[in-house]
Amino acid sequence: MTARFRLSGRAVRADAPASRFLVMPVTDTDSSLLDKAAAKAVRATPAPLAFRVRGLSDRSIAWLFITPTIALLLAINIFPLIWAVYLSFTNFRANRPNAEIDGVGLTNYQRVLNDPDIWQAMQTTAHFVFWTILLQMLIGFALAYLIDRKFRGHAFWTTVILIPMMLSPAVVGNFWRFLYQPQIGLFNYIYSFFTGVPPSSFEMLGSVALSPWAIIIVDTWMWTPYVMLICLAGLRSIPDYIYEAAEVDRASAWRQFWSITVPMALPFIMLAVLFRAIENFKMFDMVVLLTGGGPGSTTEVASITLKREAFESWRTGRASAFMIILFVAVFGLANIYVKALNRVKQR
Amino acid sequence: MTMDTTKAAKKRPFFLRRGPMENIATALIAIGFLMLFQPFALVLYTYSLVTLLAGTVMFIVVSKFPE
Repeated sequence: MTARFRLSGRAVRADAPASRFLVMPVTDTDSSLLDKAAAKAVRATPAPLAFRVRGLSDRSIAWLFITPTIALLLAINIFPLIWAVYLSFTNFRANRPNAEIDGVGLTNYQRVLNDPDIWQAMQTTAHFVFWTILLQMLIGFALAYLIDRKFRGHAFWTTVILIPMMLSPAVVGNFWRFLYQPQIGLFNYIYSFFTGVPPSSFEMLGSVALSPWAIIIVDTWMWTPYVMLICLAGLRSIPDYIYEAAEVDRASAWRQFWSITVPMALPFIMLAVLFRAIENFKMFDMVVLLTGGGPGSTTEVASITLKREAFESWRTGRASAFMIILFVAVFGLANIYVKALNRVKQR
Repeated sequence: MTMDTTKAAKKRPFFLRRGPMENIATALIAIGFLMLFQPFALVLYTYSLVTLLAGTVMFIVVSKFPE
């Protein structure tokens, strides 16, 4: 009698060619249950469908399963992107959908790339992204390093630190507007407590010099826990025996940090930078709620300018061109960043 | 066998080699990115998209070359 074995949910004969997969013996109870389930499935499948599916290869069945996801992805992500590329070469205005659409060639791109206001918005975005990422990485890694010491109550403090990340950006924006109030705001009072400067003598959100830093502080407060979590995952992945070997070699704590901790956590740190950079390039909601791009246009990041072009000036074609420029920038940067990340991982 | 492969790789023209071409594309993307966000000259901002696009397209193409 030929023994039967189970492989990936299917029963196969023992005298079949040796498989590279692990095979497990199937008991008689298992076998009868499987047969019953298979018979039930066959009865439940409509005859025409059963006829069509039978004879399909595994690859075809896999395609059958992923087709809905691909179709959805094409409809929601790829089609709008291609449509925006098309619109960027036209004078289309979304508030005049029935007006005739004329091709304008590269005019929209020329205008966007020669507009000093948009250039200013790009600089504001760069300032915001650079400082938020730098601060989040430094503070996030430092917090992760401390939490990784596994002191008494570290789980509780991890949860406490994670709270800002769990809030909605809309809530955070409104909440910090109150904190930044010069008369009643807690932020001004704390600053005043440490420096002696009168709390109502400065206004974080109303000052041209301070408002870019106000949005940086809020974003850092909100997203540092996220960076801390990723860095903590990196630090926890370093095996203890490496540190033990370093101890045996009498490596100092400083040397261990720079020669073991940082290189081994680097892929995680780089991933955190990538995620935060992509997210902050499109920062919109929190800045709108905090400053609305003001005072003047000192905190008007690129996404706010883009929204104003598209839905206040209704220059959809130009807004599409602007969007494509931002897309190319982020896409290009992500490409080289992923390449760098792969190199670090291969070390 | 390995030596033959190395010789074949050496014979391949510079512009068909993945390593150096990827490095050039990476440099173009980095320069374009800095041009887009720098605060010094509007003319650099104006030509940033062309530089970025050239680098990105080049990167996509050369990353398909064999090692």
